[in-house]
Amino acid sequence: MSTTPTQTIMRSGLGRARGLGSAKTGAAHWFAERVSSIALVPLTLWFVLAVFRLAGAPRAAVGAWLASPFNAALMLALVLITFQHSAMGLQVVMEDYIHAEKTRLGAILAMKAVTAILALMSVIAVLKLAIGG
Amino acid sequence: MAEFTLPKNSKIQKGQSHKAPGAKKPKAFSIYRWNPDDGKNPQMDTYELDLDACGPMVLDALVKIKNEIDPSLTFRRSCREGICGSCAMNIDGTNTLACLKPIADVKGEVRINPLPHMPVIKDLVPDLSQAYAQYRSIEPWLQSDTPAPPDGERRQSKEERAKMDGMWECILCFCCTTSCPSYWWNGDRYLGPATLLAAYRWIADSRDERTGERLDALQDPFKLYRCHTIMNCTQTCPKGLNPAKAIAEIKTLMLERQA
Repeated sequence: MSTTPTQTIMRSGLGRARGLGSAKTGAAHWFAERVSSIALVPLTLWFVLAVFRLAGAPRAAVGAWLASPFNAALMLALVLITFQHSAMGLQVVMEDYIHAEKTRLGAILAMKAVTAILALMSVIAVLKLAIGG
Repeated sequence: MAEFTLPKNSKIQKGQSHKAPGAKKPKAFSIYRWNPDDGKNPQMDTYELDLDACGPMVLDALVKIKNEIDPSLTFRRSCREGICGSCAMNIDGTNTLACLKPIADVKGEVRINPLPHMPVIKDLVPDLSQAYAQYRSIEPWLQSDTPAPPDGERRQSKEERAKMDGMWECILCFCCTTSCPSYWWNGDRYLGPATLLAAYRWIADSRDERTGERLDALQDPFKLYRCHTIMNCTQTCPKGLNPAKAIAEIKTLMLERQA
């Protein structure tokens, strides 16, 4: 068996380097990742402090706390931005490491479906507490 | 998926050992050897030299080994002063130019490998055709609709010229590109730090009039945005340049034109 590397692609190097050309996207994704990560810093700090303050409180007290539109809004923002940020980050990881096009697309879509469902479940849970008490 | 282990016929084996009996300052060099013609796996050959009879740089040692011990040792070299970029290789775990790397900087055995993750042509000679084609793809030449003045050169203020500092010095040795994990995993689509630094050199050139088209061509999840600011490029550059900063400047311009 020959160990000489075989080259079955006869397309020119420049043709391969140009490939399918520029997708003309990427800047928005890159910027949204950065903005969401910055937004998550104060939101997460606020959430951790709230958890400490509410530790051991009865359900009614937590419901009353979440009934405040300010707290409910920050809570929803935290949930939505967390899942959006993780979906964007995971997409980049999958683009990095999954090389078969169809597998990559399938995996990214599945990951987005899962994060969307988790985000919606969290939103509903917050609303239930905030509105239902 | 990305490959995390070497294919079977690329696994490196222990090779021959050449001792230097009677050397006053012996130093061992462990060098990657692979010959496309003998059908064998790559191996690490060890050569011992007397540093008292050898020049100070790793390239001096390689030349001495080729001249005096093993003429079959294959590597690229030309200027021996860090301006041609030919002798780029991985020395002691870091991509650098053999001619600029003092032997004294390396403790113990000096391990020398070809630039990582590129096809090997022979021994320390990597196939850089893909990287060159990517460099060609960013059209690294002045593009301008305004004709040059008939009686002289295109002029640039001192400030405009200063914007290209830190980029024109690049010698295209591809130490940075081949040190970048993003390039290892996605080198077929990601342009890599050397080519992106060159792209920014033309974007930053006040005489070039195709800035927008150049940015258009780069705005792509793979061509540009595979850069995850790992910073290996900047850390390894034997010329002390900062490709990571150039890439960051490109990303900033991408935002600037839509904000």
